Amino acid sequence: IASLVMYLFSEFDDAANLLAANPDATTISIDEPVEIPKNQRSRLQEPGREEDDELLGTDDSDKTELLAGQKKSAPFWTFEYYQTFFDVDTYQVLDRIKGSVFPVPGKNFVRLYIRSNPDLYGPFWICATLVFTIAVSGNLSNFFIHLGKPTYHYVPEFRKVSIAATTIYAYAWLVPLALWGFLMWRNSKVMNIVSYSFLEIVCVYGYSLFIYIPTAILWIIPQKVVRWVLVMFSLCLSGSVLVMTFWPAVRDDNRRIALATVGTIVLLHALLSVGCLAYFFDAPELDFPAPIIPAHNGTTVITKSQ
Amino acid sequence: FTGLADVSISEDIPVEGEITVPVGSHSPDEDYSTLDEPVRDTIMRDLKAVGKKFVHVLYPKKSSALLRDWDLWGPLVLCVSLALMLQGGSADSKDDGGPQFAEVFVIIWFGAVVITLNSKLLGGTISFFQSLCVLGYCVLPLTVAMLVCRLVLLAGSGTISFIIRLVVVVAMFGWSTLASTAFLADSQPPNRKALVVYPIFLFYFVISWMILTFTPQ
Repeated sequence: IASLVMYLFSEFDDAANLLAANPDATTISIDEPVEIPKNQRSRLQEPGREEDDELLGTDDSDKTELLAGQKKSAPFWTFEYYQTFFDVDTYQVLDRIKGSVFPVPGKNFVRLYIRSNPDLYGPFWICATLVFTIAVSGNLSNFFIHLGKPTYHYVPEFRKVSIAATTIYAYAWLVPLALWGFLMWRNSKVMNIVSYSFLEIVCVYGYSLFIYIPTAILWIIPQKVVRWVLVMFSLCLSGSVLVMTFWPAVRDDNRRIALATVGTIVLLHALLSVGCLAYFFDAPELDFPAPIIPAHNGTTVITKSQ
Repeated sequence: FTGLADVSISEDIPVEGEITVPVGSHSPDEDYSTLDEPVRDTIMRDLKAVGKKFVHVLYPKKSSALLRDWDLWGPLVLCVSLALMLQGGSADSKDDGGPQFAEVFVIIWFGAVVITLNSKLLGGTISFFQSLCVLGYCVLPLTVAMLVCRLVLLAGSGTISFIIRLVVVVAMFGWSTLASTAFLADSQPPNRKALVVYPIFLFYFVISWMILTFTPQ
C-alpha cells in the first residue's frame, strides 16, 4: 500500500528525480509523459497496480474520470445522454481516422486517440460510407469488366446495397458486442490490466474499417493481383490496429486463449474483406487481354497471360 | 374588490405582461375568417408558399424564410415524383434492377431523418422539421436532373447521352449540396461544420447515383 501511495504521488513529483531514485525504472525519451509511466508501471509491477491506479486516478485519467462522470450523467431517455456520444470536433475525428490508417507500433489506439471520449459519429458514418462505396464500386467494376460484351445489359444491382448494409453494420456492432462479452467474462476469471468499455470497442472497430473505403475504390481495377495485394495491405494496417488494441487486454490470460482471441479478431476482419471482394466484385476474366500474334515464320510469340 | 386593496407587490419585483381587452366581437371573426374564404384562396396560399421555397432553393441566398415557415408539402411532392420517375428501370431478374418506389422513399426520408438527428446530436441549433424541410426542398435540382435524364434517354442511350446525363447529374448534385449547406451550415457549431456537411454530401451522392444509373427497359 505504501509503495502504491508513493507511486500515486509520483505523478505530482518531478519524474526525473523519481526515476533516478528508483533503479528499476528505465528512462526513455517520451512524447507523451502520461503514457509511458503507466506502461512502465505495468511492466515493472504486479498486474493489480495499474488497475488500482486507474481506479484511484492518475494525473490524466483523474480528470477524464471526473469529466466522464459529469458528461454521461444524463439519464438514458433524454437527448443529452446521446449527445455525449457525439462530443467530437472535426479535427478529433480526422485524428482518429489518421490513427487507424497509420498504426504507430507500441501505441494503443484507444488510449492514444479515444481517451475515454468514445464517439459514435465515426463508426456510424464510416460504416455508411463503406456500404455505399462497396456497392457503387462493385457496380462500376462489373460494368467495366463486362463492357465490351454484346450480351451485357447494365443493371444497377440495387439489392446489393441492402445486403452490404446488413453485413457491414452487423460486423461493426455484433462482433464488438461478442468481443466485449468475451472480455468481460475473461475479466471475471483473470485479473486483466486493461479493460475496455463496449463503446470503446465499437469505436476501434468502426475506425479500423476506414481503410476499406479507399481499398474498395481501388478494387475497381480489374486485376486479380492488384486486388489481392490491396486485401493484404489493408488487412495488415487495420488488423495491426486491432491487434495492438486488444493484445494488452488478453495478454495476461492463458497464452492459448490470448492467441486464439487475437487470431479470431484478425480472421473475422479478413473474412469481411475477402467476402466483400468475392460477393460484390465479379472476377476479372483475363488479367491482360492477350492477343496471340499469328507468327509468319513458324515461331509462336507468346504474350503475357495468367 | 375591497379584499384586493390589501394586496401589494414589492417594488423590486418587475411585473410584466400585457392586458388586452377584447374590443367587441371583431377579433374572434378575424381569427377564424379563413373558414369563410373560398377554397381556392386556401390552396393558393399553400401553393404560393411552396413555390416561394422552390425559388429560394434555385437561388440559394441566406434567407430565413425557408427555415422559419417550414412545410413538408414540397419535399413530399419532390420525393414522390422522383420515386415515380425512377420506376420502369430495367431488370434482368427482379433482384438486379434499380430501386423500387418504396426503397427510394425510404432512402430519402430515412436519410433526411438520420442527417437531421446527426446534426442535432452534434449540437446544432436548427429544429427537427426545419432541417427536414431544407433537406427535402434541396432535392429539387436532382428531380430536375432526373427529368432531364429521362428526356435524354428517350432520344437514345449511347455514349453521348451518357455524357450529357453525367454532366447534368453532377451539376445538379453540386447545386443541391451547396444549396442545403448554405441553409444549414450556419446553425452548426463552427468546429463541427465539416462533420455535419459530409453526411449531406453522402445523401445527395447516393440520390445522384440512383439517378445516373437509371437505365430504361
